[in-house]
Amino acid sequence: MNQYSASYECWGRFPKASHIIHRMRWITDTIPVDTGQKILPYGLGRSYGDSCLNDGAVLLITTALNRFIALDNTSGILRCEAGVTLAEILSVVVARGWFLPVTPGTKFVTVGGAVANDVHGKNHHGDGTFGRYVKNFALLRSDGIRYLCSPTQNQDLFQATIGGLGLTGLILWVEFQLIPIHNPFLDAETVQCKNLSQFFELSQESEEKYQYTVAWIDCLARGRSLGRGIFIRGNHAHHLEKRPPPPSDSQIIIPVEAPSFLLNRFSIRAFNFLYYHKQRSPRVSQIVHLDPFFYPLDAIGKWNRLYGRRGFFQYQCVVPYEGQSSPIRRILETISQSGMGSFLAVLKVFGDKPSPGILSFPKKGITLALDFPNQGRDTLELLERLDQIVRANNGAVYPAKDARMSAASFQTYFPRWQEFAKYVDPHFSSSFWRRVIAPHA
Amino acid sequence: MRKILLIGATSAIAQETAKIWAVKGDEMFLVARNAENLSAVAGDLRVRGASKVVTMTAELLDFELHQQIVTSAIAALSGLDLVLLAHGTLGTQKLGEADYAIAEREYRTNFLSFVSLLTPIANYFEKERRGTIVVISSVAGDRGRQSNYIYGSAKGALSLFLQGLRNRLFLCGVAVITVKPGFVDTPMTAHIKKGPLFVDPGVVARGIERAIQRRQDVVYLPWFWRFLMLVIRCMPETIFKRMKL
Repeated sequence: MNQYSASYECWGRFPKASHIIHRMRWITDTIPVDTGQKILPYGLGRSYGDSCLNDGAVLLITTALNRFIALDNTSGILRCEAGVTLAEILSVVVARGWFLPVTPGTKFVTVGGAVANDVHGKNHHGDGTFGRYVKNFALLRSDGIRYLCSPTQNQDLFQATIGGLGLTGLILWVEFQLIPIHNPFLDAETVQCKNLSQFFELSQESEEKYQYTVAWIDCLARGRSLGRGIFIRGNHAHHLEKRPPPPSDSQIIIPVEAPSFLLNRFSIRAFNFLYYHKQRSPRVSQIVHLDPFFYPLDAIGKWNRLYGRRGFFQYQCVVPYEGQSSPIRRILETISQSGMGSFLAVLKVFGDKPSPGILSFPKKGITLALDFPNQGRDTLELLERLDQIVRANNGAVYPAKDARMSAASFQTYFPRWQEFAKYVDPHFSSSFWRRVIAPHA
Repeated sequence: MRKILLIGATSAIAQETAKIWAVKGDEMFLVARNAENLSAVAGDLRVRGASKVVTMTAELLDFELHQQIVTSAIAALSGLDLVLLAHGTLGTQKLGEADYAIAEREYRTNFLSFVSLLTPIANYFEKERRGTIVVISSVAGDRGRQSNYIYGSAKGALSLFLQGLRNRLFLCGVAVITVKPGFVDTPMTAHIKKGPLFVDPGVVARGIERAIQRRQDVVYLPWFWRFLMLVIRCMPETIFKRMKL
């Protein structure tokens, strides 16, 4: 310990940071409060920006807290240590007829991270965030006390920790509700979506009938094609006559950083064009395994290296729905005019199911997420322009994906931040937190 | 479904190996010193699918308990198919150089406790005329080096002991597998700066299960250590004694 290491990064690989590394081995271990340095729990480092970094201070690595504690096969309630990954949970529970109540687009996150970011998925419109399914958890704070938190016990810490970005203490274990499934397959339909208006129509039409919906859109398409993309919707499959073969476990891993010139507006335009046109007919229905349905990018290990040494920004915002005149239209126009967006953008409707977290990101409206290769000032200026639209429309930007929003933006997006700040552990902090609570004009 | 005795069950390598066994539905008898940690490991293995998990807390430096450990495991699982010995400590070489009492404790932990445990285990399997004994030794036992020759000589003695035991038990169909991990990223090596040769304990665990399936004699994990150690063993002593390894 007490040796600075640069080997723990955030997923966007920007900004860079160096840390003192301390590993948790057992949930009975204590937290190192005597170093005088602030502490931040770190799981698999899948947060895109600096919310999982604590530059110059301590990272508490939680991946060895990876033990299951109990699985009730009748009720589907699972209790496990905070470092258990969603991938490991799936490997245990799917065969027994259970699935995650909410899953993000990668299964390579820890349960602690899922709670700390109150993650959402393709079923947000009907089911809300991960935090809604958390029954209780144990939180170890720097005072050495293990707080059992639930909707009825230590309720304030419960609400602060869900979506609390790891700042309220170390989550030791989590107990949450799984959902029953018949098999590991989904009845999925992909529909070509010509523009934003059609996206709205498809979303509305699918809301009731489909548990999962999402659209991948070409963020470089403009004018009448603005919002052009592929709309994907699905439900867990019921009893299948014939099971398709499960996908292979093999993973391609990007071995090194790609040179920066590989990603330019021409290669990205070509990719987006091909992705849209690879589907020949306007509608395709098929039975697909849950892996390609929920985790298409997990098939490519370390895909963040494609963005080269300078890394990339991901931008995810939510703005009110407001039908055809939604501010999402202006945001997409700004992005397509800049020509800077990358690969596919994700568009999805959020529902109105409230989340227990004080600092939770999802709220009713439309959310857009996409990557921007880090091209320095130009990229930062574009993202600031997007922030202006989001701010003016009572929207929010997702901290788990952010590496650059201003303190002013954060404090506008999360009006309850001061209420949350009361529960931040005095020995905990993060690069993100120091940035967004800075006083501003 | 195998009946397995796992000694040093809370060690990182043992935990990872046991996870593989749990998924296969094996029955396990776990022995470790810390009761709380041991019950965490047992709970994990139950959820993952182990069909039976029994635990026993024991301080392995108390040699008088060894016979009882083996007897209890055989009773609890109604027999044994496989034993994994994975306990151990990596002491500070300098402390052992300064104080023989510390060195002796290292030898008791990393060599003599194995001899003591393996005596009833070997006798049981010899009588059964079947079974598999897997023991975690170390590449450190392949050549004495100034930086850790106390640990190394304990492991070296252990490897030699296992060689003899393998020779004795071969005729009655009992396999003895010596596992020699290189650098593994575990609590045991927490104080050592991590280089590119370090691997996760899961890598070693998969290697152990493979060695059991193939009934191998001596396995280096990962495999490249076999060649690295070959080079190190081949160096003439006149040169080696001048090196700072």
